[in-house]
Amino acid sequence: MAREVRCKTVEEPSLVALAKTHAATPSFKNKTASGSHLSNVHLCISSSCFLSGAGQDVGRSCILVSIGGKNIMLDCGMHMGFNDDRRFPDFSYITQQGRLTEFLDCVIISHFHLDHCGALPYMSEMVGYDGPIYMTHPTKAICPILLEDFRKITVDKKGETNFFTSQMIKDCMKKVVPLNLHQTVQVDDELEIKAYYAGHVLGAAMVQIKVGSESVVYTGDYNMTPDRHLGAAWIDKCRPDILISESTYATTIRDSKRCRERDFLKKVHETVERGGKVLIPVFALGRAQELCILLETFWERMNMKAPIYFSTGLTEKANHYYKLFITWTNQKIRKTFVQRNMFEFKHIKAFDRSYADNPGPMVVFATPGMLHAGQSLQIFKKWAGNEKNMIIMPGYCVQGTIGHKILNGQKKLEMENRQTVIEIERCEPGCCHLSLEVKLQVEYMSFSAHADAKGIMQLIRMAEPRNMLLVHGEAKKMEFLKDKIEQEFTINCFMPANGETTTVITNPSVPVDISLNLLKREMALGGPLPDPKKPRTMHGTLIMKDNSLRLVSPEQALKELGLNEHQLRFTCRVQLQDPHSDPDTLSRIYTHLKSVLKGYTIQHLPDGTVMVESIVIKVSSSAEEPNTKVLLLSWSYQDEDLGSFLSTLLKKGLPSGLSSM
Amino acid sequence: MAAHLKKRVYEEFSKVVQLPQEEAPAKKLRLTKPSKSAALHIDLCKASNPTDALQYLLHFARSSVEAESVEGVVQHYYKEQDNSVRLKIASLIGLLSKTQNFNPESILDDTLNTFNTEKSHQVLAQLLDTLLVIGTQLPESLIVRHRLIEVAYKHLSDTYFGVRNKCLQLLGCLGNVDTPLNKDGQGLVPAVIGDAQSLISDYFADQDPRVRTAAIKAMLQLHERGLKIQQTIYDQACQLLCDDYEQVRSAAVQMVWVLSQLYPESIVPIPSSNEQVRLVDDSFGKISHMVSDGSWVVRVQAAKTLGNMLQVSPHFLEQTLDKKLMSDLRRKRTAHERAKELYASGEFSSGRKWADDAPKEKVDTSAVNLIASGACGAFVHGLEDEMYEVRIAAVDALSALAQSSASFAEKCLDFLVDMFNDEIEEVRLQSIHVLRQISTNITLREDQLDTVLAVLEDSSRDIREALHELLCFTNVSTKECIQLALLELLKNLTKYPTDRNSVWKCLKFLGCRHPTLVLPLVPELLSTHPYFHTPEPDMDDPAYIAVLVLVFNAAQSCPTMTALFSDHTFRHYTYLRDSLSHLVPPLRLPGRTQAPGVSGIEGSGSVESAQLFLQQSLSRISTIHNLQDPGAQDLLNFTIRDLQRLGELQTELAGAADFSATYLRCQLLLTKALQEKLWTMAVPLCLKHNAMATAAAKQMLEETYKLEFLYSGLENRQVATIHHVRLQAKALQLVLTARTRRGVEPLISVCEKFLQEVESFQRLFVVELPHLQESFVGKLLDLSPKLSACKPGELVKILQTTLRQSGFLNLKLPKQVQRASATIIEPTGESDNPLRFTSGLVVALDIDATLEHVQDPHNTVKVQVLYPDGQSHVIQPKPGDFRSPGPHRHRLITQVYLSHSAWTEACQIEVRLLLAYSSSRLCKAVWSDSSTEGLQPAEGATEGTIPFGKPVKVFIMPKPARR
Repeated sequence: MAREVRCKTVEEPSLVALAKTHAATPSFKNKTASGSHLSNVHLCISSSCFLSGAGQDVGRSCILVSIGGKNIMLDCGMHMGFNDDRRFPDFSYITQQGRLTEFLDCVIISHFHLDHCGALPYMSEMVGYDGPIYMTHPTKAICPILLEDFRKITVDKKGETNFFTSQMIKDCMKKVVPLNLHQTVQVDDELEIKAYYAGHVLGAAMVQIKVGSESVVYTGDYNMTPDRHLGAAWIDKCRPDILISESTYATTIRDSKRCRERDFLKKVHETVERGGKVLIPVFALGRAQELCILLETFWERMNMKAPIYFSTGLTEKANHYYKLFITWTNQKIRKTFVQRNMFEFKHIKAFDRSYADNPGPMVVFATPGMLHAGQSLQIFKKWAGNEKNMIIMPGYCVQGTIGHKILNGQKKLEMENRQTVIEIERCEPGCCHLSLEVKLQVEYMSFSAHADAKGIMQLIRMAEPRNMLLVHGEAKKMEFLKDKIEQEFTINCFMPANGETTTVITNPSVPVDISLNLLKREMALGGPLPDPKKPRTMHGTLIMKDNSLRLVSPEQALKELGLNEHQLRFTCRVQLQDPHSDPDTLSRIYTHLKSVLKGYTIQHLPDGTVMVESIVIKVSSSAEEPNTKVLLLSWSYQDEDLGSFLSTLLKKGLPSGLSSM
Repeated sequence: MAAHLKKRVYEEFSKVVQLPQEEAPAKKLRLTKPSKSAALHIDLCKASNPTDALQYLLHFARSSVEAESVEGVVQHYYKEQDNSVRLKIASLIGLLSKTQNFNPESILDDTLNTFNTEKSHQVLAQLLDTLLVIGTQLPESLIVRHRLIEVAYKHLSDTYFGVRNKCLQLLGCLGNVDTPLNKDGQGLVPAVIGDAQSLISDYFADQDPRVRTAAIKAMLQLHERGLKIQQTIYDQACQLLCDDYEQVRSAAVQMVWVLSQLYPESIVPIPSSNEQVRLVDDSFGKISHMVSDGSWVVRVQAAKTLGNMLQVSPHFLEQTLDKKLMSDLRRKRTAHERAKELYASGEFSSGRKWADDAPKEKVDTSAVNLIASGACGAFVHGLEDEMYEVRIAAVDALSALAQSSASFAEKCLDFLVDMFNDEIEEVRLQSIHVLRQISTNITLREDQLDTVLAVLEDSSRDIREALHELLCFTNVSTKECIQLALLELLKNLTKYPTDRNSVWKCLKFLGCRHPTLVLPLVPELLSTHPYFHTPEPDMDDPAYIAVLVLVFNAAQSCPTMTALFSDHTFRHYTYLRDSLSHLVPPLRLPGRTQAPGVSGIEGSGSVESAQLFLQQSLSRISTIHNLQDPGAQDLLNFTIRDLQRLGELQTELAGAADFSATYLRCQLLLTKALQEKLWTMAVPLCLKHNAMATAAAKQMLEETYKLEFLYSGLENRQVATIHHVRLQAKALQLVLTARTRRGVEPLISVCEKFLQEVESFQRLFVVELPHLQESFVGKLLDLSPKLSACKPGELVKILQTTLRQSGFLNLKLPKQVQRASATIIEPTGESDNPLRFTSGLVVALDIDATLEHVQDPHNTVKVQVLYPDGQSHVIQPKPGDFRSPGPHRHRLITQVYLSHSAWTEACQIEVRLLLAYSSSRLCKAVWSDSSTEGLQPAEGATEGTIPFGKPVKVFIMPKPARR
């Protein structure tokens, strides 16, 4: 509403409002002066398609926030599960035709996962957006690699047309403005954004968006427990109006990471010791690096000799960035990188297809993570027959993939896919059966980098938001967390569905300039020095002009506006039954008032009037009825309170026991 | 001439003693002396602009500050317009007040005056800082303190935070600690000043976080100075825990802790319920909450503090390890719980199937408490923290708490074991140490042991050795555990052969602790077979020795075990008992005769009886009144022999026995020297016989240094006795010199020195003098006025007679005497292969040694290398080379660099450890409280080294360089 108020004031600059202002703080910023303010959070698309209990979230994130008249898009993700138009967010929600530039002030990408940035080239190049796109340095570096990889798979392998091109990715990246941690970036005069560390993956950030005194924090994906290569998310007590938090694990409280790590290492160690081979199917970025670090340090510590391989591909390039962005990693890596960069793996080497047949123990990281195709599947087939070997699934597997099957304990795999049959024939000549005996050990190990319910609560405690908004999770689970948040913190919590808009009313403080003269005058009136804790009432004139608010003395306001000062006086007649003569009545009134109004200056003037402060009281008797006296009261606007009190007091009449003197 | 000299000596002493008294009046004179200050003043007057003036002041401050410079500085202060210059002057005054021999009281008035005119807040703050310095320099003067506090009180309401800060600091440092102080009727103290506490607590709510911090710190300072803080502050302090600023929160954590220690048992209500808890529990909960604070500084503080709250109730304590897991709103068991259940159900492996950790029962949504209220899971968070500082603090706190509560120790075991996998070695090491400390309270389960043992393969030697140490103290529950441990230790042995000693020692303790668990394993371990003879294992195999060590130690308290041994085992036993006697205990073997003496000692009461024996021997000695008594020598001889034997047999008393034996040997030497014929002979004739007595005196001297510095646990009494013997030895030397040398001249200086030593002895051991009445020194001191005046010749005569007549000084043993010892483990000295290197270049020799009962090894222990040509090098190891694996034990792992010119053939060098001592250092350390401290260095401190531990020979071969 304030914005509307302000708009009006621009049209009528001469409007002078007389208002009582509470000087609340030493800087005299006013909190209540101009009513409430709306801040809209439009949630046009939020992820809702989640596979339960999984580490692989396949949703798409795209949130529109409008705050203080600014529109910001948070993340621009795609859905991995769809191959049609549904995979990208519906930008027609913003505008039916034309470009998005004029509707959006900026776009912020929290991290490089495709469900957070996959639709970015589509939006900026195909729909059309020329404004700034903000992301952190590592995200900016790694994001194009992933987009390019994604494009290759969709266009080159699946043969789709009408998809963004390499050039489009490059053009899109040119629009990116990099962010540093804790750096406040001024998007325009009013809008500023600031990034905080979020853990999760390299370069993941939480963003604080601020317009004036209103602010929103968007967490993206974050992790409150540190892991082997990243630290924990952190935010200061910024008290945003809304905290938009992911809630992937809204109903989970996880066990300590150490047990999982220990289990993982123990399993690998045992297998390697008895001469077996370990296959770890991973996705190229994120968890893979964590596991690499884990194994690398373990190998180092335990002085182990068995080789570790990493099937190459885009990892090589991405690992390079991991080496570069040391400041974004955890304490241990940051502290020791001078001696040795932990990402310069000593024991982990690039994998070659032929190594799979080498004798002796080895550990291989291979993509993809769900064992549905590619190198990991090939290696799996080679090793599946030996019970000495082991496969460790570090993440969730979608139904239908081989990963899912073996996790569920299937011992015989039917290879229905024609392509795989051919592969089997190729690698094992002379052996044409279509089923594969699974003898190797299958282990499941969950390494996920999302905050659990406790972590989310911890973040809320850190940031102390006024309202909560949960996204990026299942509705049923969010419900639980929402209740918990409302109960523990007594703040409002929202969980909008896709396309739904949540509006939050904020109470912004509106700064008002006060003239020094007025302030000094107010000080001179006495009283103790201003106590910062207590509001104090003062008189002044609020001028709203040229987008600024000023509190000045009435005289100065009049002078500035070139107006004459008009005195406003109220007069009032009160009829009174009194048998005494006029002067007697007056003196009776005088004594009455004197007894009632203690602490006021009351004067009995010789010209037949009584003055109470600036209020004048006169007595006249009507000609017809001498006992009915008419009291004339007159007071100025400023003494309205006292004047109306007097009139009601006198209307009650004078007490009988009063002496005339 | 000599008399004159004596006088001078005496005079010098008196002068030295009186010096401090003379200094006192000198201080006041100094103020009036115009000196450097005048120059400065002139300089300052010349300075045209503030920058110049600042330069002068900076220059002045950099040069050595003289006490008398104040005046000029203060004078200039009043005239100076520029704030920065005044600020610098104020800080200079503070600096001056700190310099020695300066009486800060003299400038107090001046400084206080400046407050009246000062307008600048920064300068005010600096002036207050100066006052703080002055106040701390004059801690006794009440009036000064009151004046300062008054000033602080006046400026507390200043608008500048720095001024308020300093005022609070002043109040904290100087505020009245004992509240009812006005009794003495000084009338100087305004009532407000008396109650610094409430005054300071008002500033807990200041708008500036720095002032809030200063207020809390001031309060803590008051507490440290002995003021009892009122409980009313508790609520305020708790509120400050939620402050926006980390330094406030950090200080508040301390404050809450202090209060919880002051009023642990008082009851506080829980808000929003009718319940009440003890204050210490309440504060424990609140501090636990801070372990998940946003700032790591606060987290470290909180985690550390938790370790100091031992009075907390067990219920709250156990909550700190509690974390309810759930997945999709279903209750899930932690991995720890699962491991425990698996173990209980007897299943062998875990985690084979996917989703074996699948959540079971459904969780009541309303009952789940996501915000950890109270102490919930504080340590779970702390141990998983991002910063290793927090993790270490948490581990330490766990250790402290676990040591005080056995049930908590049991619970925290899983968590500590998990920490063995931390990414930072320091944390791993610390958690291993902690586990060792609490391991008396716990028994490891198999799965836990498994995790522990996995760390044995760590490439870091420290970690492995810490783990061995831990295993020495661990209790395990089943025979599988023993087998597992043995297996892993053997694996460790093959992977890291240098760990040999450590692994053997570890197995020794494992065997000792679990004889019954080892028993069923014996046939398997020794690979005996009921029907067949198995091949005899190789005796030199370290792994086989390891197994034998385990078995023999178990057999010690399990007599049935020996029946299972095969013949060669017995043979190996006798071999090992000889070669590794510290690892293999004496066993009662059937059909084998044993040295009766050996088995006799093993009785449980042997320590007491040995102690008794020691006492008896010493009391027998005490019957000797005079060393000249007939038979005294024989008695001494026998006793020394007894004591030495006792020391060998009873390791607990080795220190005490050795110590007394050495002392007695000194006495014996003295007696022998005095009974030489030479005393009766004419001076010219005795030169020949002299050699023996001189050698005796020299040896006595050496022995006294050993006595003083090699043994720890000595009390002042013993030190006095040792010094006494040393004086006797010196007197003997003096007498001998007098007899051999002609003329008086060389004697004078020697006599002088001796007298000085007597003097210093008297000073150092004033307390002990009554015990020394009948002794040599006692008698000598009786004559002391005469001594200082007499000629050297007379002195020698007196000494000679006193030496002869003086009684035998009894040795009172302190409770615990330990002899410092060192063993060089590496190099072993067994190698026949010379270490070859090119001459002129260096070769590094790894040295690994254990030191026992060495105090402050970082400074005292040195490595000496002796080359065959007599060259010797002394090398001081780096402080980082010393580790301390246990109390009174140190481990030196270092490298020494050898180099020599070319030799024609390989030769042995000797490596040994030295214990360096310096009498002045020790004197200072022991008597630093005495007023004579300043004089100590003057009396030529004796420095030297005592070789200790067996030297090791190393074969080296420097080859000529090839051109």
